Amino acid sequence: MAETQIKPLTLNFGPQHPAAHGVLRLVLELDGEVIERADPHIGLLHRGTEKLIEYKTYLQAVPYFDRLDYVSPMNQEHAFALAVEKLLGIEAPPRAQYIRVLYSEITRILNHLLNIATFALDVGAMTPILWAFEEREKLMEFYERASGARMHAAYFRPGGVHQDLPAGLLDDIAHFCGTFPKHIDDLETLLTDNRIFRQRTVDIGVVSAEEAFDWGFSGPTLRASGVPWDLRKAQPYDCYEALDFDIPIGKKGDCFDRYLVRIEEMRQCLRIMHQCIEQMPDGPVVVENHKVTPPRRGEMKRSMEALIHHFKLYTEGYHVPPGETYTAVEAPKGEFGVFLVSDGSNRPYRCKIRAPGFAHLSAMDFLCKGHMLADSVAILGSIDIVFGEVDR
Amino acid sequence: MDPALKDLGDYIAAALPEEVTRVEDAYGELMLWTTPESLIKVLTFLRNDQNCQFRQVVDITAVDYPDREARFEVVYNLLSFKHNHRIRLKLATDEATPVPSAVLLFSVANWFEREVWDLFGVFFSDHPDLRRILTDYGFEGHPLRKDFPLTGYVEVRYDEDQKRVVYEPVSLVQEFRTFDFASPWEGILHLPGDEKAAAGEGEEGKA
Repeated sequence: MAETQIKPLTLNFGPQHPAAHGVLRLVLELDGEVIERADPHIGLLHRGTEKLIEYKTYLQAVPYFDRLDYVSPMNQEHAFALAVEKLLGIEAPPRAQYIRVLYSEITRILNHLLNIATFALDVGAMTPILWAFEEREKLMEFYERASGARMHAAYFRPGGVHQDLPAGLLDDIAHFCGTFPKHIDDLETLLTDNRIFRQRTVDIGVVSAEEAFDWGFSGPTLRASGVPWDLRKAQPYDCYEALDFDIPIGKKGDCFDRYLVRIEEMRQCLRIMHQCIEQMPDGPVVVENHKVTPPRRGEMKRSMEALIHHFKLYTEGYHVPPGETYTAVEAPKGEFGVFLVSDGSNRPYRCKIRAPGFAHLSAMDFLCKGHMLADSVAILGSIDIVFGEVDR
Repeated sequence: MDPALKDLGDYIAAALPEEVTRVEDAYGELMLWTTPESLIKVLTFLRNDQNCQFRQVVDITAVDYPDREARFEVVYNLLSFKHNHRIRLKLATDEATPVPSAVLLFSVANWFEREVWDLFGVFFSDHPDLRRILTDYGFEGHPLRKDFPLTGYVEVRYDEDQKRVVYEPVSLVQEFRTFDFASPWEGILHLPGDEKAAAGEGEEGKA
């Protein structure tokens, strides 16, 4: 039989494929069913966030951060708030720090629940997503009670948080922390020892520690490769230093390890939340410097000066001293950084957003090469991509 | 600045006296300046030297200063897991001067450099695949430059007659307005009517 030259098949995956986690267009070159090259085309959700922020005051820039990675909004506000605080030379009061950490961890659970559930859905398990979304709804209720919004909270402001927590909320969160471990166990009975789930994930998309450094991995994706690196421990911000928690790491760096790391991280989140609730100090929730944070409404009814401060803050905003900083937080997906350049005016001169998903997705070609077509879906699910932050 | 970080800055400056042109302390963060010609040498040193071990490029970005002669600052943020340090490496370039690509040293630089090319138009030489990344296919211009208008130049809509998406020049019902709320007490040096006061009282009225 004469040998025939077979041209590699080019397959368009997405941008409207349910397993593409948004608007990813993945151009795959296939040899039979084996991926030879994966070329992700991103930018279909590009909204020019960085450009828009240059035209907004510092306070007006906060809500844009909710809309980047829309499953972990508060962590990203946190990075921006910390960056602005650094340039302003202020520090949030203790109660605000504890509230921020508490909500950062709630957000982490929100994110991991969504990721694990959709990842499981991608590889064929239908139930986890139904169970996980019920829990997510409870957490989003906590969001709503604190900030008034289920998702786009705009709750962490430079200088603290917008409002104090309403009465009784901490008790309800504590109650949730008591019941939630059962739900993690349930999720694990569905997945961890599930034969199909293991067949789809073990030894798929293996990343060594060295490769993880090279490809800019961070967060659970880096830890799954066996690197005990967590910014909450290594470069602690806010009150993380005072809290006791462990960093789970993986052994092999495959999709299954990334899943396990996320499961364990959720348990650690609960530990942190418990400690936050127990240690939550009293006091103000924003810095009492009314050049940066607005005065209370009650005060404005009586004090002319408070009224002027309020007016000035919501029209002109505050001026940030010239300088620049790169400030990063451990967002659920990895290192989320804000490179903020100020020229001394009331608007950022440049605000670069370093999204963990961007670096992870850039490794898609490296991760998929040599794997089967169906594995690309498992890999994509395990590196936790959300297009809001990748495309910005 | 943290003394360990300061020592590191001195150490790097001593090891690469010609390549590192300036060492700065920016809000407690270490910042080095270099030139496009010596970028690869500096990055290689930072990655491989025992006392540096900056194994990860966290971020590559640029800042546009249209008034400067070399208008772009390209910024590399590096992270050392071993020593738990962050460092910022900067260089100045313009539209015409290419910056050598760091892809061979750090794979992740591939997309970061594509992004800088796309949004700023800084050219990276020896880059394996310097395509646009975030903007539309066939997009013209570099949107994060300061002279690129916020509203852009073109908008798209689906045309029912042609059965495809068409590009049209941006038409705004209302002109784009930038509200400059900078304080009249700080921003405006001369208020209307100041000249009368100046004529009457001499120097005192100017403010």
